[in-house]
Parts: sequence; structure tokens; C-alpha cells
Amino acid sequence: MRNRLGFALQLAVTLLVAAFLVVPVAMSMLAGVTANFFVGVSSGLTLRWVGEVWRLYAATIGLSMTIALACVAATLALGVPAAYVLARRPGRVSRAIEEVLTLPLAIPGLALALALIITWGGFRDFRTGWGFVLVGHVLYTLPFMVRAVLAVLSATAMRDLEEGAASLGAGFWTRLATVVIPNARGGIVAGALMVLTLSVGEFNLTWMLHTPHTKTLPVGLADSYASMRLEIASAYTLLFFIMIVPLLVAMQAMSRTRRTAGPVEELPPCRPLPSN
Amino acid sequence: MSNRDLPRLVLLAVPAGAFALAFFLVPLARLAAAAAGGPKGLAAYASVVTEPRHFESMMATLALAVGVTAATLVLATVAGLFLSRHAFPGRGALVAVLTLPLAFPGVVVGFLVIMLGGRQGVIGGLTEALGAGRLVFAYSLAGLFVGYLYFSIPRVILTVMASAEKLDPALEEAARSLGASRARVLKDVVLPGLAPGLTAAGAICFATAMGAFGTAFALAANIEVLPMTIYTEFTLNANIAAAGALSLVLGAVTWAALYAARSLAGPPVAAAA
Repeated sequence: MRNRLGFALQLAVTLLVAAFLVVPVAMSMLAGVTANFFVGVSSGLTLRWVGEVWRLYAATIGLSMTIALACVAATLALGVPAAYVLARRPGRVSRAIEEVLTLPLAIPGLALALALIITWGGFRDFRTGWGFVLVGHVLYTLPFMVRAVLAVLSATAMRDLEEGAASLGAGFWTRLATVVIPNARGGIVAGALMVLTLSVGEFNLTWMLHTPHTKTLPVGLADSYASMRLEIASAYTLLFFIMIVPLLVAMQAMSRTRRTAGPVEELPPCRPLPSN
Repeated sequence: MSNRDLPRLVLLAVPAGAFALAFFLVPLARLAAAAAGGPKGLAAYASVVTEPRHFESMMATLALAVGVTAATLVLATVAGLFLSRHAFPGRGALVAVLTLPLAFPGVVVGFLVIMLGGRQGVIGGLTEALGAGRLVFAYSLAGLFVGYLYFSIPRVILTVMASAEKLDPALEEAARSLGASRARVLKDVVLPGLAPGLTAAGAICFATAMGAFGTAFALAANIEVLPMTIYTEFTLNANIAAAGALSLVLGAVTWAALYAARSLAGPPVAAAA
């Protein structure tokens, strides 16, 4: 009897938590396609608000995609080689470098943004272009890329593969291109997905770093929350969900297959954690 | 595969190193210098103690972060343990629902709180229908609490589920067969097994709640939490020294929380992120 009661209680808590998480999302999606949210769904469904958002904010969506793709490219170029170096030479120096590379995660975005503005704000062309926002995004997403790739590269199997290739006469760059990178692609793809997701949703740094000409999607969202009617804010949020949810689903699917199939994984897969 | 590779490895590390130097280490040093370069000098760093407004903001933020962490740990442990212990139809969908908000930015979470507890919110509608008057809580500290709970729960649930899968069921069976009650097994076997994961997840939860800015910004009320205070100092008062000092103090607090948890429970990113 007590067992059944315990089960029911736990189920109730779990369902309540799930409702807490999902009800506001469903409501905001519905509000985005409702003619008048104050009246309710009976006022009719419409795509008018979505059209309005597109007219007002299409540029922010385009810029967010541009920055997110550039951010993936930059973190690949910076993070993959760095992760390889850290994996090849484990030791105190590597630990210190890893600590520095992941430190931006432990510091609130506001502090990072202030530091960037104080140091680089005087370079006008740089400060006013989207490259400035991109630097913030790279700073904040790079640790995720390094971690994801390092997790795969630190596995012992990789070491053996490389030893084998070396004993067969493969040089440094050949091993890197034909052994290391192909075998690390699981971590690289996972890292890229994470960086893409985080960059599309990044707000804290971006709000401080953006200019009127470099508004990203989340900056536009904050703008619409403050100044637009609820239906427009909701329709805009709906567009954001449409962009971000497929990325999240792909990431969850990847971490599942990696967990079941992954021969080379010692660290659990990292998950994207926005600084909020 | 020998030390001959060293020069090439150094070469590979140069881009990331240069980036970290130019856009992280030097800016952070400049920020520290700017914070100490105001009219108050080094005393700016002590403003969380000396200046009443900053002190209140710090205390409110600490209380909020501790409260959110405690509530999240309780709710997420119940839900996470339940989900990892029971198989039932719809479990997969439930897990997906519970973890999907994982990467929602804080500003969107703020809007979702408005959906729940704002002027047209669903909870206000419910309380009104029940004859208790319209409950509006979104634009206060309570709204912030709900928002932080929203983005913290999915993170901790995942950690609990991952930790619970690694527990050895034989230990629980042994305890049960020796006559321990269910509550006793939970207290003496299950929770100690989950403790490292919960410590790491709790620290991440606390650090995120301390530094969160987007949610408070979206709720746009006069909620004085530290990130909002920093933002006000910087944009409205143009007090770069105060903003810089406060943000570095905040950074030190969050870093210390994560560091302490890691010394207690192993690497936080590996355990929970």
C-alpha cells in the first residue's frame, strides 16, 4: 500500500514539473497564432502576427544565423587543434591551459562583455560590426567545443590508433588529417551542434555588445517583449522555438547514440548550458 | 609520436592561445584595472559591503540563488529518480519534455514566466476562476524565482538520471534484505550515491542563478539582483569602475562555487554539463 502511495506521489511531482515546463511554451506558441490573446482562441487563429514579426525582425534572424555559422567555423578552427594539443600532452601545463579556456563559462556574461568593451570598444569599426558580437560568442562557446572534442580524443583507443599509424611511418600532419580528425568526428559534430545552439540563443553578452545595426534574434526578442503586444512577442518566440528545437532534438539524439554505440568516450557528453 | 612533435603541437595551440589572450586574459586584466581606477580606487571592490544598495543587491541575489538551488535539487531529485526507476508508456516523451528547455536562453524563460504569472498569465486566470482574485507574480522576486527554477530543473534532472543509472542496485537489495526500510535505503544508500552528481549540479545551478541576467531583464521590473545592478551602473550611471568591480566580485563568487564543488565531487563539466 505505502509503495503504491509513494509511486503516485512521485508521479504527481514529475507530472507537475513537466506541466510547469511545457504549459508556458504551449501557451506562448498558441498566443503567437491567436488573433486576440486577451479574448482567447475563440477570436480565431491567424498568421498575421508571424507575418508582422517577419516584417519587423527578419534581419535579426538572418544575422543570428550568420553569426552562429561563423561561430561554428571559428570554434572549429580554434578549438579542435587546441583539444588535440591538450589530449596529446596531458600534464600540469595542459590542465592550466584547459582551465583558462573553460574559465569564461564560470564568469557571468556581463563581466566578459564589460571586459571586451573596455578593451576593444575604442576600435570603432570593430566595435560597430557584427564581428564584435561574434568574438563574444566564440569566447563563450569555445569551451564547449574543446570539451566535446577532448572527451573523444582523450580515450585510449585514439592513442593506440595514432601509435599504429606512426609506426607505419605516417607523419604528424598525415596522422592528424587521416587518423585523428576522422576518428574524432563524433565529438566534432556534437561540439558544432552545441556551439550552433548556444550562439543562436546567446543573450547576456550579445545585449551588451550589440549596436542598433547588429541586433541578433534574442536581442530582437527582448526588444519585442518590452515594446510589442503579447501576440507579436509570442509569434517571435514561436519562430525562435522553430529554429532552436530541431537543434536540441538532434543533440539529444546524438548523445543517445553516442552513449549506446560510442567506443571512445570517457567523459559524459557535455550539454549546452546557456548562462541565462 | 615523440617529442619531435612538440614544435608542431605548439603551432596548433597558437590560434586558441592568441584568442584567449586577446579577448579574455587581457580584457579581464583591463577590467580589473578599470574597476580599481575609479574615484574610489581599490575600495570599489569592497562596495558590496560598504555601499548599502550593492550590499542589499548581493544579499538578495545570494538568497535567491540558494533558494533556487535547494528547490531545484528537491524537485529534480524526485522526478529524476522516478524516471530512472520506472518504465511506463510515455516515459520517453516525459523525459524529452523535461529536458527540452535545457538550452532556452534566460530572456525567453523570462517571457515564459510572464505567460504563467503575468497580467494575462494562466495562473492568474486560474486563481481568478477560483474566486481568489488575479494572482500576478511575474514582475517580482517571485517571478525571478520561478524563472530560475524553470531553467535549472532540466539541468539537474539530467544529472540525477545519469547518476542514478550508475548506482549499483545490489547495494539497495542488500540493504533491503537486511531489513532497512524504504526511507532508510533512500537516506543511507541512494542519496549518498547521488551526492557527487548533486553537488556538481547544485554548484552549476547556484552559479547560473547568481549570474543570470536575461530573465531579470525580460521581466523588466525593479528587481535588484546583482546582474541588474551591474547593468544599471554601467548603462544609466556610466559608472564603469563600480560595474567592473561588481562584475568581478560576482565572477569570483560563481567561480569559487564551481571550484569548491569540483574539489568535493570531481569535474563539474564532466559530471553535470
